[in-house]
Amino acid sequence: MKKKYSIFSLAKNALSGHKEWPKMWRSPEPREFYDVIIIGGGGHGLGTAYYLAKEHGLKNIAVIEKGWLGGGNTGRNTTIIRSNYLWDDSAHLYEHSLKLWENLSSELNYNVMFSQRGVMNLAHNEHDIKEIKRRVSANNLNGIDSFWLSKEEIQKKVPIMNTDNLRYPVLGASYQPRGGVARHDAIAWGFAMRADEMGVDIIQNCEAHQIRIKNGTIEGVETSKGFLRANKIGVVASGHTGVLAESAGIRLPLQSKPLQALVSEPIKPIIDTVVMSSAVHAYVSQSDKGELVIGAGTDSYNSFTQRGGFNIIEDTIRAMVELYPVFGKMKMLRQWGGIVDICPDASPIISKCDIEGLFFNCGWGTGGFKATPGSANVFAHTIAKNEPHQINSAFNLDRFASGRLVDEHGAAAVAH
Amino acid sequence: MLIINCPYCGPRDQSEFSNGGEAHVKRPDGSKEIGDREWGEYVFIRANPKGLFYERWVHTHGCRKWFNCVRDTSTDEILVTYKLDEKKPNLNNFKSVVKTPSGEPEVGSGNFTVEK
Repeated sequence: MKKKYSIFSLAKNALSGHKEWPKMWRSPEPREFYDVIIIGGGGHGLGTAYYLAKEHGLKNIAVIEKGWLGGGNTGRNTTIIRSNYLWDDSAHLYEHSLKLWENLSSELNYNVMFSQRGVMNLAHNEHDIKEIKRRVSANNLNGIDSFWLSKEEIQKKVPIMNTDNLRYPVLGASYQPRGGVARHDAIAWGFAMRADEMGVDIIQNCEAHQIRIKNGTIEGVETSKGFLRANKIGVVASGHTGVLAESAGIRLPLQSKPLQALVSEPIKPIIDTVVMSSAVHAYVSQSDKGELVIGAGTDSYNSFTQRGGFNIIEDTIRAMVELYPVFGKMKMLRQWGGIVDICPDASPIISKCDIEGLFFNCGWGTGGFKATPGSANVFAHTIAKNEPHQINSAFNLDRFASGRLVDEHGAAAVAH
Repeated sequence: MLIINCPYCGPRDQSEFSNGGEAHVKRPDGSKEIGDREWGEYVFIRANPKGLFYERWVHTHGCRKWFNCVRDTSTDEILVTYKLDEKKPNLNNFKSVVKTPSGEPEVGSGNFTVEK
């Protein structure tokens, strides 16, 4: 039955002490065979299952997840959403995603708390100014809302920012008003619930061990709950995608590193937009609970430890205190790391491969959350039709042989 | 933060070092004959295991020498560091703590120092 959420259902369940809410999705035991198995129950994977069922009419789908839904990078990022990328291919992909975000709460009838509070990318030197102005122009040519803010306009929007008394003063910024933040768990839960209603089996605590291939065609996947046969498999396992590809004998151009974030104690509203700075490396927004959500960088070395190095946190806090001296005495509540898979060109791979029936959606690196619905949407198309959607055709695996890279290093506004 | 044992200077703080990615990568032979795909693999693809990993470090803010290392990427434990001209150690000499390909180590990431 389709679950409906409204003020009335909230009131009704409040009367029964919130003990009668129905389960959002079933927890079935896996069947022996599926048309499509998605490995990875994060936002991208659950979204893929949702769009496969909704837009492509596939019913016999499973999502397998080694832990709990959204417990990987979906729950470990700073939830920033924007589409102000430099290159056309990236701009189209992220703008596709942003447009889906704008309608997602009503489409899913589940509040993903998408808050379009604007995203600012600061310039701290001459070169930043040139790069950012170039990016703003490129965005405008692609029909993306993006403009240049002067220092005075920044001071007006974010009065707590120290713009002058720091080593690399704030000289201006790009601003995308339609950017913002969303609730990370809600996107996973919303997709999961609606996919489940359309018959998708969501199987948690089911770790994929090995992808099995026979005569160049996918056979299935060995899991902690036994062998599951499938016609098609989509691997959306972020940091662990490379490990799974290796099990199928495929080498992907991915390197896995921890990307850290931290949140402060909750305070009253103090910053009502998202501010990112790549030169003085820190980005910050304030959650609805009042916590400052602070994004740090990646470690320089490959690692699967979901915590990251302490020096990265030190650097980030230093940058935060320099840009916002008012935060100097705040306490930090939590710190964590997520394992991101970074491509040599800092762009994702949404592609089929040499093995028939095997698809990869990976390489999102440090910026995958914003792309969740768009990535899922075009990946579902790629799996269903056996060929890429126009939007993700540039993000294929062949580009590492042809050299047609989508080089978003630095151009993505935040350099890691 | 890691303590890295530079083969020339001894144990030092990680902040003195820079990471150089996978070690023992060999440039393919027959550069005229091999195709774009092989070149692409050499240029772009590096090992990315969860578990034992050969990698390079350089003591940037010290002796500035490059050296190799075996590290467990699931715990960050550095198992051995060795000079560039030394033979690469056999990974069978070390115990991998990852039981399934994507599994988590029992003691939890980074806690190997507590366990010992």
